[in-house]
Amino acid sequence: MGYLAKIGLEMHCEISETNSKVFSSAANTYSSIPNSNIRPLDMGFPGTLPVVNKEAVKMALKTSIVLNCSQPEYMYFERKNYYYPDMPKNYQITQETKPIPVGIYGHVEYECNGEEKSVRVNNIHLEEDAASQDHLFDVSTIDYNRAGVPLLELVTEPDFHSADEAVSFLEHMRSVYQYLDISEADSKKGQLRCDVNVSIMDENLDENNPKNWGTKVEIKNVNSFGGVRDAINYEIKRQSKLKDNGEYDKVVQETRRWDEESQSTITMRSKVDALDYKYFVEPNIPKFKISKEWLKEIKESIPELAYDRKKKYINEYNLSEYDSNILVKEKSISDYFEKAVELGCDIKQAANWVNGMILSYLNYNEMKIKDFFITPEMLKELIDLIESKTISSKQGKDVFYKCLEEKKSPKQVVKDEGMMQITDENEIINIVNEVINENESQAKTYDSQNPKALDYFVGQIMKKTRGKANPSVASKLMKEALEKLVK
Amino acid sequence: MKYMNKSIEQLHNLLKEGKVTSRELINESLELSHKIQDKCNAFVTILDDAKEEKITDNLLSGIPCGLKDNYSTKGILSTGSSNTLKDYVPFFDATAVEKLKSAGAVFVNKTAMDEFGMGGTGTTAHTGIIRNPWDITRMCAGSSAGSAAAVAAGVYPYATGSDTGDSIRKPAAYCGIVGYKPTYGMISRYGLFPFASSLDHLGVLTRNVKDAAIVVDNMKGIDKNDMTSWDSSNINLTKSLTGDVKNKKMCYIKEICDINNYSNPSDELREHLENFMKTIEKAKELGIQVEEESVDQTLLNASPAVYVVISCAEATSNMSNLTGIVFGPRAEGNNYEEMMKNYRTKGFSPLIKRRFIIGSYVLQSENQERYFRNAQRVRRLLVDKWKELFKKYDAVILPVGTGPAKKLDGSKDILTKETQVLEEHLQIGNYGGFPSITIPNGFINNLPVGVNITGNCYDDSNVLNIAYALENAMPYKNQIAGGEE
Repeated sequence: MGYLAKIGLEMHCEISETNSKVFSSAANTYSSIPNSNIRPLDMGFPGTLPVVNKEAVKMALKTSIVLNCSQPEYMYFERKNYYYPDMPKNYQITQETKPIPVGIYGHVEYECNGEEKSVRVNNIHLEEDAASQDHLFDVSTIDYNRAGVPLLELVTEPDFHSADEAVSFLEHMRSVYQYLDISEADSKKGQLRCDVNVSIMDENLDENNPKNWGTKVEIKNVNSFGGVRDAINYEIKRQSKLKDNGEYDKVVQETRRWDEESQSTITMRSKVDALDYKYFVEPNIPKFKISKEWLKEIKESIPELAYDRKKKYINEYNLSEYDSNILVKEKSISDYFEKAVELGCDIKQAANWVNGMILSYLNYNEMKIKDFFITPEMLKELIDLIESKTISSKQGKDVFYKCLEEKKSPKQVVKDEGMMQITDENEIINIVNEVINENESQAKTYDSQNPKALDYFVGQIMKKTRGKANPSVASKLMKEALEKLVK
Repeated sequence: MKYMNKSIEQLHNLLKEGKVTSRELINESLELSHKIQDKCNAFVTILDDAKEEKITDNLLSGIPCGLKDNYSTKGILSTGSSNTLKDYVPFFDATAVEKLKSAGAVFVNKTAMDEFGMGGTGTTAHTGIIRNPWDITRMCAGSSAGSAAAVAAGVYPYATGSDTGDSIRKPAAYCGIVGYKPTYGMISRYGLFPFASSLDHLGVLTRNVKDAAIVVDNMKGIDKNDMTSWDSSNINLTKSLTGDVKNKKMCYIKEICDINNYSNPSDELREHLENFMKTIEKAKELGIQVEEESVDQTLLNASPAVYVVISCAEATSNMSNLTGIVFGPRAEGNNYEEMMKNYRTKGFSPLIKRRFIIGSYVLQSENQERYFRNAQRVRRLLVDKWKELFKKYDAVILPVGTGPAKKLDGSKDILTKETQVLEEHLQIGNYGGFPSITIPNGFINNLPVGVNITGNCYDDSNVLNIAYALENAMPYKNQIAGGEE
């Protein structure tokens, strides 16, 4: 008999896009100089008071709306009391589920291996991050730059059944945070951190009945998506094996941690050692009303997200899933593409240019699209020049590089370089005649069955026009002239 | 004593006219500080190097004053009268301190207090017992004991205080002076060492109501560093003191003021309540209507417990930052947990430790509903009751305490359950954040006693004006402990 895994996530995402921290006026920027972005509040000096960052609340509400949660009428914060060196006040200002936090009881649709999935969200809340610590050989160092950075904690119901689903969801949410301009959501910078809970149950039982659920094990502080995948797979295997061996009682409700080195989960503390955080409403932050107008304003500021854009690209734009995936990966790229389409570019051409030349140029030069010289307007020019056969598509690539080199628009480049294609048939016929006259003997022996023979003559046209003659027009007219001659 | 017995306006005029300099005032105030320090042990720090300030049109400019030691003062030792901060020199000023500085106030000392404001006796400062200048065998009450003793003794016209349960208003009564805490959030709490954030108020101790108005006019204002502060720029307390109180309405509460409510009253208590009724008569003579109201005794009786639960809970959390690691005298230990434990065990007095334990207990998840949340509910009921009274009345007037200052050796203490509400009802002013002022209203056995007037939130002008009129109808304004030498 097989087992069904039930997996829930607590996803922490640092908000990186506010100017200041969530309750202090210290800068919210990543700094390599330890303890440089701190104010008296971040160090818990006596008499300091928290002041809520409205921008952070706005971002939290935005996320709450995207997660289809309900938003509170009044905003409250609470204190979570515990002594730890990463939190000099020795309490964290956070939100609990009563009174309700920034978002409660929502759901998210995401995609996993091409299948649509849904997960229920228990709540999302806004809180302050703790300082970061480094444990060295004989000392530990603390950097309070991170203390007080706004943090969003998203708690899902245990609706995932595999590591794939959990990781797909995390990837979905990373994209949401990036699209909402809330966070870079970069796990290398420690901006994304997860707690995972895993339990297994007999797969033939009804999973909607909590009585059938197994013992829940929590794995704390998994700091990469790869780690989440490995930790879940390890934990499912560990629990299944114990259950197979009739030792399921050895699976206890506890908190474990993921150990990268040994690729295993290790016991941290059992449920009985759980701390009582003595929550109470933060008295220094008066409850404040979230007005309907404000919520409406926030809602209207939410852009179309990757998940929906991808659907649109595939279903309406007829792009491949592969191309769509690349286009939506970064919002700025997708925005660029959409702008080009809005300007009237051929969709397929625009997609090819963005996914091909543009992305490889940006990647090679480690550049952001906002710093990229060729605007969507210029891209349209370039595509139009090719479409109208003013230049060949091979020339298009040259124009692309020239634009970047010389900081000129495509039209300007084509003009300055004299790259206009000759498409005028009369002009080309003159050249055709010239070529035939100069190569009379070969022309008279022209064999229409031998394609190479035509290529030679067209090549001569190109030579004479320095490649500017439209190849298909040149080829067509030359063929006609030669056939007429030998007939 | 030549100048320090005078009011702020009198001093300002003398300074303006050039009859005295700021330097001369500071020198006199410093000399008196040392004298009162010997007598009453009222200060943590005397700032002998205090510098004179330029005399401007601001009434406070160039005039000496004292700051309670839980006000964060940049570059000046600020201990909160606790061993845990005995060497703490802040690098930032409390907003109220900044405001007084810009008004040109001169700080001559930091006044001693019950440790972190958590006491009502003035006996728990790390620098020792603070004594009442009217009788050094008696207490000042607390926690703003040093401020009350110094103002009563005529060291300067005013000193700042803080008030979480009655910490300004009770010492004011015991020392025969004025103690005023404005509406919650009128003065920013930024830089005040917190005791219980939802109850903490800043305020002032003076010898007359007008001085209190002048000082708070200079301390108040919305502050971007305190979200609970509010904009009071349309309120000018000093200007609102017209003395016109005709047709004002006040009430007192039968359950607290009626001598028949006490089964075995002491002579002192009897005298105190009789004296209170004389003050009521004075108020009536001024044209104020005063009526007796009744409040459910059970609700009143619950108040002291509500205070213990809420204040201890918030204090436990607020003072978690005191670990001796980032600031304060760091303790030895093999790891940070041991260091914190040693620091806190050694640093805090037993009284505070008891309160921390109570606070932790009532916040534990299994106890929270029964204690903390119920206390919050009763707090709400009391506030609602008082707000209901404020619909009918401009203010509630009540006697402060059960009589004059108590003996330090406790020999005259008669603490009974019956008198607990009388002793502690000023807490209700903190529950609701109400503006509340105590003024002296007589003497019992040659010791001063006080009366309190409390009004609705944001109605500070009205409350102060009533107190101002009543003060002028009684002969206790500007009195100095032990007379003027």
